[in-house]
Amino acid sequence: MSAIEHAIPSGFRRTLCIFGREFRGYFTTPLAGVFLVIFLFLTAFFTFNVGGLYERDQADLRPFFQFHPWLYLFLVPAVSMRLWAEERRTGTIELLTTLPFTTANLVVGKFLAAWAFTTLALLLTVPTWVTVSWLGDPDHGAIVVGYLASALLAGSFLAIGSVLSALTKNQVIAFVICAVVAFLVLLCGFPAVLDIVRGWMPGSAGDRLAVALSSMSALTHFDSLMRGVIDLRDVIYFGSVIIGCLYINVLVVDWKKAD
Amino acid sequence: MGDDPILISARGLERRFGEIHAVRGIDLDVPAGQVLGFLGPNGAGKSTTMRMLTGFLEPSAGTVRIAGIDMADSPLAAKACIGYLPEGAPAYPDMTVEEFLRFIAKARGYVGAEATRRVDAALDLVHLGRVRRQSIETLSKGFKRRTGLAQALLHDPSVLILDEPTDGLDPNQKHEVRELIRKLGGERAIVLSTHILEEVEAVCTRAVIIASGRIVFDGTPQAMEAKAPATVTRNRLDWVFRSLTSASAVAEVTT
Ligand SMILES: Nc1ncnc2c1ncn2[C@@H]1O[C@H](COP(=O)(O)OP(=O)(O)OP(=O)(O)O)[C@@H](O)[C@H]1O
Ligand SMILES: [Mg+2]
Repeated sequence: MSAIEHAIPSGFRRTLCIFGREFRGYFTTPLAGVFLVIFLFLTAFFTFNVGGLYERDQADLRPFFQFHPWLYLFLVPAVSMRLWAEERRTGTIELLTTLPFTTANLVVGKFLAAWAFTTLALLLTVPTWVTVSWLGDPDHGAIVVGYLASALLAGSFLAIGSVLSALTKNQVIAFVICAVVAFLVLLCGFPAVLDIVRGWMPGSAGDRLAVALSSMSALTHFDSLMRGVIDLRDVIYFGSVIIGCLYINVLVVDWKKAD
Repeated sequence: MGDDPILISARGLERRFGEIHAVRGIDLDVPAGQVLGFLGPNGAGKSTTMRMLTGFLEPSAGTVRIAGIDMADSPLAAKACIGYLPEGAPAYPDMTVEEFLRFIAKARGYVGAEATRRVDAALDLVHLGRVRRQSIETLSKGFKRRTGLAQALLHDPSVLILDEPTDGLDPNQKHEVRELIRKLGGERAIVLSTHILEEVEAVCTRAVIIASGRIVFDGTPQAMEAKAPATVTRNRLDWVFRSLTSASAVAEVTT
């Protein structure tokens, strides 16, 4: 009675299949080139002109990394906006979800491809590291942790952006909302904002709220990693943002795919 | 035909979109060897039904079994048996035809020489060899539709679900696709939706008409034609279709 049996690839292979298509997809559109050029240009500009890497006596990469949150603020949404919005607009989501993939395979494969792409952009800045090493004797361990922090931050923004992209068919809306949310996630750790909170709510309640807010801020954890040591709490923070968002992403895709 | 295995089985399928009750209780058994023409006016619920059969949409009520596998219980195993051409033949515009089919082959679990063989066979089947290196966004509508067909046929599925496979094709290509579907018939269960009634006569062994989400006719194309009175001499299928799906006829069924 049973019909022809069809083999189903393993979960890893299914995710890899999505990853491969997506990652290659970045290079078939002008997006990849534009993104890489803008990212490299701006990191160099901020590091050497605004951050004054040469003028400082210390040879380290802090001026380089300290601008990454603000670059990611508008560069990451440019990558994440199309992840699901495009798929829904063109109807290819119907194809993907009727192939033997689980929604989790699709969400994870797409996210990893986007993350690999922003990480590639980040790795293309290694010449900056080489320059600093040539000029002085930097703390290489701290630089490695800096790269890790930067990649984790980009991954968190991408995961947030991926959820927002699944909520709308309009890429512009996905871009703007992702930039705003990422801004809020950074902003809630800003000393100025925390002072305002303490002003609104004087006393210990205000203090507790400020502490809670700053511990939810990506900026707090990013700055903490910038000190050059891996604090497990920071890694757990970024890890839970990414995993939490991807989990929500699966629910949103299933909920919204047919709209 | 009685002991051919039932490859598609739908029981009490219903689907609501908020206030809209798009599909209102569809029961359907399609055995191997049957080519089922799915007919109905615009908005009758054909695409919605097919989307539930292929696991894209969850039914609001009812069950779908593909080759005996419950879609809700084991969606991957059920989906692996289906080749599906969604309405409008969506595909990735920036991929070439060959890249796209390679992606589908990989998704279906084929690697290496077997993947190449499958892709070549699918390209041959729908005569796409000439445009294999052309990006999908530059294809004409007919070629794009055929790419969608190639994608659906690539793994030699036992269940084929084709939503308007000949829509937008020129008469030559329509003819070719019909020939192809007839050839594929054999041991498969095929469901295709169409607005062209001659197509049903030409390729289908069974016709199902739905209106407002309910089945209003289920039988052979010959039986469908026989419903027209002898006084109707031309476009007899059109006459039957209209009489079964016109507003007043539907109102009678739904009350
Ligand atoms: N995602 C959706 N959200 C809301 N309503 C929907 C959705 N999809 C379909 N519908 C509604 O369900 C009904 C059936 O639509 P469906 O696409 O199944 O019709 P169809 O028979 O395929 O029509 P056509 O011949 O025009 O393709 C329509 O009233 C349609 O507006
Ligand atoms: Mg339709």
